[in-house]
Amino acid sequence: MNNEYVMQLQNIRKEYPGVVALKNVSLEIKKGEILALIGENGAGKSTLIKTCSGAVIPTSGKIMINGKEFSSMTPQLASENGIAIIYQEFNNVGGLSAAENLFLGHPIKKGFLIDKVAMEKEAEKAFKQLNINIDPKVLVKDLTVGYQQMIEIAKAIQQDAQVLVMDEPSAPLTTAEVESMFKVVELLRAKGVSIIYISHRLDEIFRLSDRIVVLRDGEYIKTLTTKDTHVEELIQLMVGRELNETYPPRNSCIDKNKVVLELNKVCGNGDRDISFKLHKGEILGLGGLVGAGRTELAQIIFGAAKKESGQIIFNNKEIDPKTPREAIDIGIALVPEDRKRHGALLQTSVKNNINMPIYKRISRLSVIDSKKEYEIAKKYKEELVIKTPNLNQIVKNLSGGNQQKVILGKWLAANSELIIFDEPTRGIDVGAKYEIYKLINHLVENGKTILLISSEMEELMGMSDRIIVLAEGNITGELRREEFDQTSIMRLASAMKEVKIKNENTGS
Amino acid sequence: MKTQVLNQLKEKAIWFVFVILFIGFAIANERFLTMNNMFTIARQVSMYGIAAIGMTFVILIAGIDLSTGSIITIVNVVCAYLMVNSGFSMTAAIICSLLMATLIGLLNGFMVSTIGIPAIIATFATQTIFEGAAYLLSGGTPVYGFDERFKVIGQGYVGPIPVPVIIMACCFIAGSFILNKTYFGRYFYAVGGNEEASKLSGIRVSFIKYLIYSLSGFFAGLAGIVMLSRTNSAQPTAGKGYEFDVITCVVLGGVSVAGGYGKISNVIAGVLIIGILTNGMVLLNVSSYTQLVVKGIVLILAVGFDCIQQKRKLI
Repeated sequence: MNNEYVMQLQNIRKEYPGVVALKNVSLEIKKGEILALIGENGAGKSTLIKTCSGAVIPTSGKIMINGKEFSSMTPQLASENGIAIIYQEFNNVGGLSAAENLFLGHPIKKGFLIDKVAMEKEAEKAFKQLNINIDPKVLVKDLTVGYQQMIEIAKAIQQDAQVLVMDEPSAPLTTAEVESMFKVVELLRAKGVSIIYISHRLDEIFRLSDRIVVLRDGEYIKTLTTKDTHVEELIQLMVGRELNETYPPRNSCIDKNKVVLELNKVCGNGDRDISFKLHKGEILGLGGLVGAGRTELAQIIFGAAKKESGQIIFNNKEIDPKTPREAIDIGIALVPEDRKRHGALLQTSVKNNINMPIYKRISRLSVIDSKKEYEIAKKYKEELVIKTPNLNQIVKNLSGGNQQKVILGKWLAANSELIIFDEPTRGIDVGAKYEIYKLINHLVENGKTILLISSEMEELMGMSDRIIVLAEGNITGELRREEFDQTSIMRLASAMKEVKIKNENTGS
Repeated sequence: MKTQVLNQLKEKAIWFVFVILFIGFAIANERFLTMNNMFTIARQVSMYGIAAIGMTFVILIAGIDLSTGSIITIVNVVCAYLMVNSGFSMTAAIICSLLMATLIGLLNGFMVSTIGIPAIIATFATQTIFEGAAYLLSGGTPVYGFDERFKVIGQGYVGPIPVPVIIMACCFIAGSFILNKTYFGRYFYAVGGNEEASKLSGIRVSFIKYLIYSLSGFFAGLAGIVMLSRTNSAQPTAGKGYEFDVITCVVLGGVSVAGGYGKISNVIAGVLIIGILTNGMVLLNVSSYTQLVVKGIVLILAVGFDCIQQKRKLI
């Protein structure tokens, strides 16, 4: 069609059973440009780039690379056609040298033997080209994350990559490392390499990119020229969906006089100076992008991760739970994000799951009162309407929504006062979602207090009484219910303060 | 319905294996199916059975205990030494040696849980240490000359039933009780099924590991006492290789090496199978080397069967 483009994705569609992850997304990249790909959590960025690498086979659509047409890729095809992807997890082998990593999979050989000297020489040349200062002999595990990433980039270039896709490349780096990574990326652009740059840090996007593609909920929204746009416009495009989901109504149950949980400059597990108050009967939403430090905060409160400093006050008493057991015993519960790995004991029965935190309480001389065990399980099965043929059914055989109810039943049985929900409706179908929302309302109406972590902005706004937004381990803002608005949340979640200042300085 | 019946049959499959093996040996050798031989088998398996309780717990949490044989040996030597050379009373000697066995298990638990050494390495090390210690203590020679009353434990009868069989039965009842009636049992299954989720459900996983390895040490120690009484002399090689048979019994009994699944009742079948297999092969004059080959193959079959089941579950 047009030779201006190195790679074109045309009408890429990806359907999973029950979900459309990508709805006919198209995207072109020119030779020697940096194209930024942005969107909220779950907008489809990762799925889209995985279609380029062959990790995801699109349902329909085509991929054009230098005029050649493909209906889908394989990892090998991608690499043969000059497409390289740098994921957040590197593919380095720590125990091998920088040079050996560079030639991993296709080493320079001398007869049957590997020619180490030649590889080191070549590696030195390759690093020099990118202005990277790495000793080819050094073991990769001894390098900092920044340099390890450089090796990944050098490897891609060594294999003649024309399109380099970078997925959140700045996330693991320190500020200084980010600067050097930018330099390398800009150098590559000057050499004619095309770069697709995924990041949720909008300041980086403005600093680096030539054009910006916005995705939202699996749909292509718009392509913008970076110098003709500004932060506000981007945020609007990222979040500008219509709010059409409904949430069950709830009467406010907040008891302003009773603070259940108070955090005072809590640090640890990647979070810094987190302070807030949570009142009885309140649902406090924690917003932010993936990796903002919300799950990490929940782990600290639940005793599953170490607190470095600061105070946690629960019901007017300072607490410092060292294990989940301690947290459970004082009335704190966590419904974790990864239901199957951390939440439910899949091979164990509904009855045993519900009673797991309280077995000691319903035992005498360590012998379980099996009548109580049965009754408690039955009580919460009925209260939460858990759909299971019987209480001895193993949890693995239940649907996602019912598994989530079993986990909730366990915490109700444990008489928890504060329940932390981490992405409570992830992977749960629409009907069951509504039921979970109703249950959450039912909980606060019965005097429970809720901390709700959700990456779904609608859910967060629909359910919370108040929202605190985190970005990179810090609280960036707090919104009251009447201030709820997608743009404000997104702005806080992208830690936009710095960028705003920059924009003002440049007079935009 | 059909799958339920099938599952039930699968659960009982090990008992069919037992019955077939039993009938096979009965046909192959007329000496097999005599009252006398039945009691011999029962006495022989009692030590496997006792040690298998602890091993069942360990394998339930996806662990392994290779020190069982060495614990049996060191208990033999120490208990004998205390009674013969240190003038301990029979009861005091037994209590002290059981305590020591439990402490060795606790040491395993410490290494596995607190330090994080893989169970196979940690218990392999204690196996070697206490094998050596038993030699050092005994000087390599047997210790003997115990009180007559001591013989009762391994050689006595209550009515027609040998005392060791009664001890084994009590252990099975205790093991089954712990697993099915106490909350510890629920915790064992939970930790074996998913350690992380167990921790987040409020189970102190490290405590459970200490407890389980200690129990494994204790039951091995008890098996050691029974053996000492049976043989009436402490050999510095008494328990060598015992862990192999005990592990085979447990895995044959359907306890999954991946953890989280298994029943004491089926472990009994595993123990009996190893019992009649050993006894039957002896009666058929199969050489001890051939016996080793057969036992190795049985272990592979048992674990292989379990692994295939696990793979199916994943699909």
